[in-house]
Amino acid sequence: MNELAARADKTNFGFWIYLMTDMVLFASLFATFMILKDATAGGVSGHDILDPSYALAETIILLTSSVTCGIASAAYRFKKIDLAKILLFVTILLGVSFLTLELHEFIKLATEGNSWQASAFLSGFFTLVATHGLHISIGLIWAITLFYAILQRGADENLTRKVGLFALFWHFLDIVWIFIFAVVYLIGGLS
Amino acid sequence: MDMLHALIGRMSLDYLPHEPATIGAAIGMPLGLLVVLGLVTYFKKWRYLWNFVTSLDAKKIGIMYIVVAIIMLVRGLSDALMIRAQTAVSVGGHSGPFSTDTFQQVFTAHGTIMIFFVAMGLMFGLINVALPLMLGVRDVAFPWLNSVSFWLFAAGMILCNFSLIFGGFSNGGWLGYPPLTELQYNPGPGVDYWIWSLQIAGVGSLLSGINFFVTIIKCRAPGMTLMKMPIFAWSVLVTTTLLMMAFPILTATLTMLALDRTMGMHFFTSDLGGNPMMYINLIWAWGHPEVYILVMPAFGIFSDVVSTFSRKKIFGYPTMVAALTAIMFFSFIVWQHHFFTMGAGGDVNAFFGIMTAVIAIPTGVKIFNWLFTMYRGRIHFGAAMWWFMAFVFTFTLGGVTGVLMSIPALDFQVHNTLFLVAHFHNVIIGGVVFGFFSGVTYWWPKIFGFKLHEGLGKLSAVLWQLGFLLAFMPLYALGLMGAVRRIDHYTDPSWTPFFIVSAVGVGLICLGVATMILMLFVSLKKRNELLDTTGDPWDGRTLEWATTSPAPEYNFAVLPTVHDRDEWWYRKQHGIKASDDGEIKDITVPKNSALGIYIAVTGGLFSFGVIWHIWWLVAVSFVATVVLIITRVMDDNTERTITADELRQEANV
Repeated sequence: MNELAARADKTNFGFWIYLMTDMVLFASLFATFMILKDATAGGVSGHDILDPSYALAETIILLTSSVTCGIASAAYRFKKIDLAKILLFVTILLGVSFLTLELHEFIKLATEGNSWQASAFLSGFFTLVATHGLHISIGLIWAITLFYAILQRGADENLTRKVGLFALFWHFLDIVWIFIFAVVYLIGGLS
Repeated sequence: MDMLHALIGRMSLDYLPHEPATIGAAIGMPLGLLVVLGLVTYFKKWRYLWNFVTSLDAKKIGIMYIVVAIIMLVRGLSDALMIRAQTAVSVGGHSGPFSTDTFQQVFTAHGTIMIFFVAMGLMFGLINVALPLMLGVRDVAFPWLNSVSFWLFAAGMILCNFSLIFGGFSNGGWLGYPPLTELQYNPGPGVDYWIWSLQIAGVGSLLSGINFFVTIIKCRAPGMTLMKMPIFAWSVLVTTTLLMMAFPILTATLTMLALDRTMGMHFFTSDLGGNPMMYINLIWAWGHPEVYILVMPAFGIFSDVVSTFSRKKIFGYPTMVAALTAIMFFSFIVWQHHFFTMGAGGDVNAFFGIMTAVIAIPTGVKIFNWLFTMYRGRIHFGAAMWWFMAFVFTFTLGGVTGVLMSIPALDFQVHNTLFLVAHFHNVIIGGVVFGFFSGVTYWWPKIFGFKLHEGLGKLSAVLWQLGFLLAFMPLYALGLMGAVRRIDHYTDPSWTPFFIVSAVGVGLICLGVATMILMLFVSLKKRNELLDTTGDPWDGRTLEWATTSPAPEYNFAVLPTVHDRDEWWYRKQHGIKASDDGEIKDITVPKNSALGIYIAVTGGLFSFGVIWHIWWLVAVSFVATVVLIITRVMDDNTERTITADELRQEANV
């Protein structure tokens, strides 16, 4: 193994491990949500406010962004720089749309009097979903940085590794979202 | 007024200290800092200091951890002295020197500082110093991340201590149980200081955990299989595994408490559906693994110390590894024993009780393995070994009282009494602290090139041991007599003699620490006599002794090829030289970077902003942190080369 490959190996492994620790963080929040989902303090429950079809739209957008992100990363590796640029840009657009939909839902809930302060259930809901949203925001900052770097540098071996790591992160957020969709919007939405 | 509020949040002059003890500390600490900075200026050492603190060399980062931990040990010890001074006199009509609120802040600070900034600091310090050398490699997997970890740890430490000067610390105990720590009962900034100093130090610890884990899995000398690693490396592997699974829970839990306090959420409040017991569950799901995170590296240190000082390979290596792994597994399914009294029901309590008792088995395996290693060995009783002797006695005793309390019915009687306090000090002082002191004594020559004064080291071990017994044996008795923990005043005069003996014990421990500081000065003064010219002062067995003392920045000019578990011993027996490992080639080492310091500064300011509700500061420091991280991540020019010629020259000198 040459030095660059050894380093990429180390970094990839380290990043996988980091993602696993992030998974534990989300697991704590999921557990909290499940425990608090019926603690509505006489206010609204998941059934009243959570709309699975709205969340389905968000899911489709995010999953599509994962596809574009995956192809972008592969295209960059095979030095198809233009394709990578376009697909990364589409990924960013889809990410922003997802975030907009999520913010829209939050604002709607808060203005209807169902903010995070109203009950333990709502605290758990907002915290779990917004933690994912915060990760998406960080991912977007990262994607924009990479997009800029690709515009500047074109094909670059160091950058290939970084694009790969970003793709890993983005897929991870996708998986977490699928759990949020299932646990919060399907199970939580029924209770 | 609104403008001022937006600018400085909820800060006001009312938050300045107004009790003699805190005023003294608030003046003393900045003065001490000024004296140090003055000395640096006087001796014209600024450039040297800057090069040192921006270094990404794991050994230098390790030294910084140890320095911070020793300073914090003095702070935590003065807290302990205050606690016992209070309980020695405040009986019946007499009140102690401290008000109830100050007393509560003192015991909270004592626990927080001792665990997070002393024990964790010594642990990461020793791992940084010893692990890469032991694995026969040049550095940890991610040197820059290592420096970020340290500086986040330092930022947490500064935040925690700054609360003394402005705002006061939490009064909610070291684990900050709600609903007491909720806004309703605790509106001041104290609990927020506690949350955020732990939060940023905790993120640093998590990053360290990932770093060391990857180092062990991916970066070992050629030929070193997992089962050829020294036991210390094994202990770090299991500790970091626990760390990575436990610390995210802490991060999530503290975040939820912070959200309750700053955003008005209801996770753990006593109204609107909040569930305080959930906090207790979550915090111990982190907290119980945490004590094993601390003690396992100490086990690792003792394994290497005992085998080195007995001139024998460790007895039962595979069982040592199996025991470590078993402890790692069980430590995750015992957390509920911290609150048997919660009312989870007999079956749940029985499960957790049995699992708790079961942990004693792998721990016992380790104790016996150490003793069998000593059996028929040529034991050299150096100071590091004296710490081990103190450890075996003390830790075993603490383990026995732990098994006692694993029985739920018995635990109901002693829950939250001084019996419990005596128990966990028994295992943490006896296990963790003695272990790390042994490690510092053992690796000191490798770090600095000269040994510590052995006589004073032994005296310190004796003083600690006696002080420990005097300080905590009375607490067992008091706990059985019904004295609850954290009391600043009591009415039963028959308790007073026990508390006085305990205070004397703390005094002896203080003498032990004073002896250690004296030992540092004496050793520094006599360093020419104590010089380690061979790089192998203890006739060691593992690879850290194969290089010079102090070890060069790059540890090894050529990475050693490993043949045996006790590789350095094997080499000495078979006459294998470093030159047999291959040709000297050009190597790369990381360049210095100050970005770790800057990130800690912005992270600290972010936390400070949240604590005082200064929202513009929060926004600015968040953006600054992101920019700093991007700066580093996009920089591909972070290393410099040391040529083969330079390496050869250095080897000849």
